[in-house]
Amino acid sequence: MANDNKLYDSDGREIVLKTDQLCIQFGGLKAVDHVNLEIKKGELYGLIGPNGAGKTTVFNLLTGVYKPTSGRFYLCGEDLTGKPPAEVNKKGIARTFQNIRLFNNLTVIENVMVGLSNQIPCSIFESVFRLPRHRKSEREYYERALELLKVFKLDEYKDHLASNLPYGKQRKLEIARAMATNPTLLLLDEPAAGMNPNETQELMDDITFIRKEFGMTILLIEHDMRLVSGICEKLTVLNFGTELAKGDTAEVLNDPEVIKAYIGE
Amino acid sequence: MSKKTVGLGRFQLKYHLNYIIIAVAAIVFAVMSLTGNIKHSDTVLLEKIAIAIMLATSLGMVVGFLGELSLGHAGFMCVGAYLGGKTAALLEPVLGNGILTLLIAVVVGGLAAAVFGMIIGLPALRLRGDYLAIVTLAFGEIMRSMVMNVPSTLFGGTLGLQTPRYDKKYLFIIAFAFVLIALAVIQNLLRSKHGRAITSIRDNEIAARASGINVTKYKLVVFTISSLFAGIAGVLYSYTQSRVQSANFDYNYSIEILVMVVLGGIGSINGSIIAATLVTYLNVKLQTILTGDLAVLQNLFYAIILIIIVIYNNAPALKHFREKYNFKALTARLLKKRSAKAEPAAPETDGKEEA
Repeated sequence: MANDNKLYDSDGREIVLKTDQLCIQFGGLKAVDHVNLEIKKGELYGLIGPNGAGKTTVFNLLTGVYKPTSGRFYLCGEDLTGKPPAEVNKKGIARTFQNIRLFNNLTVIENVMVGLSNQIPCSIFESVFRLPRHRKSEREYYERALELLKVFKLDEYKDHLASNLPYGKQRKLEIARAMATNPTLLLLDEPAAGMNPNETQELMDDITFIRKEFGMTILLIEHDMRLVSGICEKLTVLNFGTELAKGDTAEVLNDPEVIKAYIGE
Repeated sequence: MSKKTVGLGRFQLKYHLNYIIIAVAAIVFAVMSLTGNIKHSDTVLLEKIAIAIMLATSLGMVVGFLGELSLGHAGFMCVGAYLGGKTAALLEPVLGNGILTLLIAVVVGGLAAAVFGMIIGLPALRLRGDYLAIVTLAFGEIMRSMVMNVPSTLFGGTLGLQTPRYDKKYLFIIAFAFVLIALAVIQNLLRSKHGRAITSIRDNEIAARASGINVTKYKLVVFTISSLFAGIAGVLYSYTQSRVQSANFDYNYSIEILVMVVLGGIGSINGSIIAATLVTYLNVKLQTILTGDLAVLQNLFYAIILIIIVIYNNAPALKHFREKYNFKALTARLLKKRSAKAEPAAPETDGKEEA
């Protein structure tokens, strides 16, 4: 993505996501109140907070589902505020959902192929009249999707309907589909929700792997503190829509304010 | 449990069997018709079946694959029938009642319906579910009453529009040719990346948007193509009649098309084809069997038969029979050798066996 507005921090590291005083208000409720995030390239950033703190709302803002009441956000210096979800995805932000949203009546591999849709061009006209590019692109879709499924060890399930996968694999498939859109920034919304400790461990390995393999920048929401303290480098803690604390993981997790918000006094 | 990924470039006979069956049937009937071995009433039935297949498959694309409920399919057919029929009536003195006039009428009627589809689709597809159903329902009714109420010199008013009646011997052959074109376009569209995108919108619109799918564009495309074929079916319909009556395109007709789609199984093109054939056959036969005083019973019998089909469609014995002798199983048996050869080209690993 050639773009001259790229942002850098004082150490010269590229800033992938920057939110500037991001706010959204639903009636009298300030769901997200002046949130400033700054995520550097290759970083694994955690967004935590008690239930109802506004974490998923931040994701919905960053993916264009909601338009912020005020404030802006930038991906690699490009202002994406107010763009519709499909556009934001094309620009490089992909996400998974807290409650799994797969295409249940498509096969596992077709789910990933939908994610690849914008990567390999082929117009409707070419498909309807079965022009050569259709055949070529379909082959490429299949192969690239299969490669991605192999990364997530889902290739043996490729012809199963997505709805027939076990829960943990469905979560992985969602990540695979998000990765298929070739994002610059990956947003994971509670990837470990509902997983047993083994599955969580496997998920942590996967996240670490895709980070290394694809140099992916990841922002994740999570309640599982073992996962957060295990893999996140930096954290922002939200409480009632406002930033309670931010910084390195270990520091933030020992902050008395954060402990108070989570456990109470 | 496992389902083969469609849309790969390789030619797969089982995805083309439905055209082949329709084409073979059409050719057989065409030969019968040309050699004079078919009753005129049967050619009329075949015309009706061809039109019904076209309507059901095009609506099936909207309802079954895009997942939007449209109750105005007869309205788009009405646009095609009137504009195509009018074009044919105007061209007849110049070009005669030949294939050229018919083709021009089809193009005019089909495109007009497609344009209407797009115009209705632009605002309406921003609505969801029931609201879209209401808008399309209103559209159908508006079209029907509009063509009836414009000055009678234009569309014939309440008497109906006078259109050229095509030779019964040939019209059903032409209609089946259009059915094949419609099927090819619809199936090619659905069995491609665009088809996957359309199905993904049905399965989960929010996730489709988040995966970069341009939902509005796809909804509009599906709606427009669906109206295009409804329009073409309308033009063909106008050719089966000497007068096109707007009363035929009422709400009940839209529902009847929807019945075909639902009966055939939502999301199944082959199902729509079979159901369209059955429902049309049933209606025509009931009309010929129950005449005179018994004519009032037509709808009753029609409804009873539909209810029986719906109930017994899911009866365990019939399900078992279908699993054993269904289209897929039969073609799989027929194609066993072929697929064994084709296997290495695109390996279909069944994960469970290996694991």
